[in-house]
Amino acid sequence: MSDFWLYTAIVILKVVIVLAVTVGSVPAMVLAERKVLGWMQVRPGPNRVGPWGLLQTIVDGMKVFFKETVIPSGVERPLYELAPLLVVVPALVVSSVVPFGPIIEVAGVRIRLSVTDLDLGLVFYFAVTSLTVYGVVLAGWSSNNKWSLLGGLRSSAQLVSYEITLALSVVGVLLLCGTFNLREIADQQAGGFWHWNVCRQPVGLVLFFVAGLAENNRLPFDLPEAESELTAGYHTEYSSMRFVMFYMAEYMNVFLTSAVIVTLFLGGFHPPYSFQFGTTPLDGAIGVVWFGMKVGVLVFTYIWIRGTLPRLRYDQLMALGWKVMLPLAFINLFVTAFLIAFERPWWEMGLAGAAMIILTDAVLSQILWRRRRASR
Amino acid sequence: MLLVDLLKGFGVTLKHVFRRHVTVEYPEQRRVDAPIFRGRHHQQRYADGLERCVACCLCAAVCPSEAIYVEGAENNPDHPISHGERFAKTYEIHLLRCIFCGFCEEACPEDAIVMGRDWELANDARQKCVINKEDLLTPVAQGFGEYDFNFSNPTVG
Repeated sequence: MSDFWLYTAIVILKVVIVLAVTVGSVPAMVLAERKVLGWMQVRPGPNRVGPWGLLQTIVDGMKVFFKETVIPSGVERPLYELAPLLVVVPALVVSSVVPFGPIIEVAGVRIRLSVTDLDLGLVFYFAVTSLTVYGVVLAGWSSNNKWSLLGGLRSSAQLVSYEITLALSVVGVLLLCGTFNLREIADQQAGGFWHWNVCRQPVGLVLFFVAGLAENNRLPFDLPEAESELTAGYHTEYSSMRFVMFYMAEYMNVFLTSAVIVTLFLGGFHPPYSFQFGTTPLDGAIGVVWFGMKVGVLVFTYIWIRGTLPRLRYDQLMALGWKVMLPLAFINLFVTAFLIAFERPWWEMGLAGAAMIILTDAVLSQILWRRRRASR
Repeated sequence: MLLVDLLKGFGVTLKHVFRRHVTVEYPEQRRVDAPIFRGRHHQQRYADGLERCVACCLCAAVCPSEAIYVEGAENNPDHPISHGERFAKTYEIHLLRCIFCGFCEEACPEDAIVMGRDWELANDARQKCVINKEDLLTPVAQGFGEYDFNFSNPTVG
């Protein structure tokens, strides 16, 4: 019986820590985003509130708590209030399947550094994150505003289109690893950089990352928001905490997509050199630190992309999703399956991936160049 | 190639991260104003301490936004305030109306009103944005004579 309580306590502790980190990542990422974007625009970014501007987003968060909740007349009240939750909760739930460190032993008790290791972890991830679409559509529909409805439809079209690519791009990894369990996928990449899936599935990584940008409504795919053109979409009629829920969900999704990319393609918590994890707490700390650093690099890349690329037009968004990324995902899947079926070495897969990227680039450049010349 | 161009773009933004930022962090750092910059008004005195303004009201007449209010009064010959017959009993400028066109300065026959160099005019109340003779005249303690255009007075109000 005491074992039961001990394990329950450990699980609750892990849940609390993971939720705290996921939610706490939001102000940290907002600040990082504003700082990095500032530097890229040759300005300092927020630096007035607290030392080096560190308290800026915390103060912003407090302000938003005290703002008035304005609910427009004629909204579909139950759905209006449910929609933000449908966007936030999946992001929080998904954080439970990401392994952020090895299995450690403290005083004879085995603790796995992830809330749970579902055997269908990756399926769970896709199943739960796709619920976000409901939140988006319902938010647009229940707001009693035609433009919110159109915004919701526009966003859901984007989410659904890119979800297909998102799911297809990891099938190559699944074929390689033969498991949906995220911890097993991470553990199969142990032993150094050349064991990481990015060396076998570079196309998968690129596709997953780009589709992840679109899924999280990040620039250059932030058409749901498009502040300079559309004045927001499905969340126009939301204010105060309900709006913040949409906002938080976006950043938590960036954090969790980065975490899943790290687990699937970049070796999870394994360092890029040959290293055998023991079961001491120190090993756990090494794993968590490496995992955190990789996630940090990916989050920086998200911000970097936002600072660099202009927003796509809607037809460009759809063309990229359906005419470029989806076929590429299929080709990648076939090539991977072919190479696995004939038991080729891993570097051939990597070379094939690099060739696919260069070929796609060449074809796209040609098409765009010809189109531009024709329109002249 | 598309990919190469894309990476070049990423290189540009990454390079700028390490550049020195161009922001002037205002309350601590200040930009040096251009020598010809003119901000809010000042009233002049003669070297003997008497005011130049004779309350002719030309400034108020020429002001396109009607920001100037002048009320004249007769000088007491024993204790004159200005060199003319009249002096300005009240002289108020509504800085929220003023468009800093400088017509008042041009219209003034006595060179009494001049555009000075202050530009920190932000305030927390509208009433404080109406400045009077006290704000406009160089204090006697700071000496008389011409307005020093290299000198920037403290904020009004």
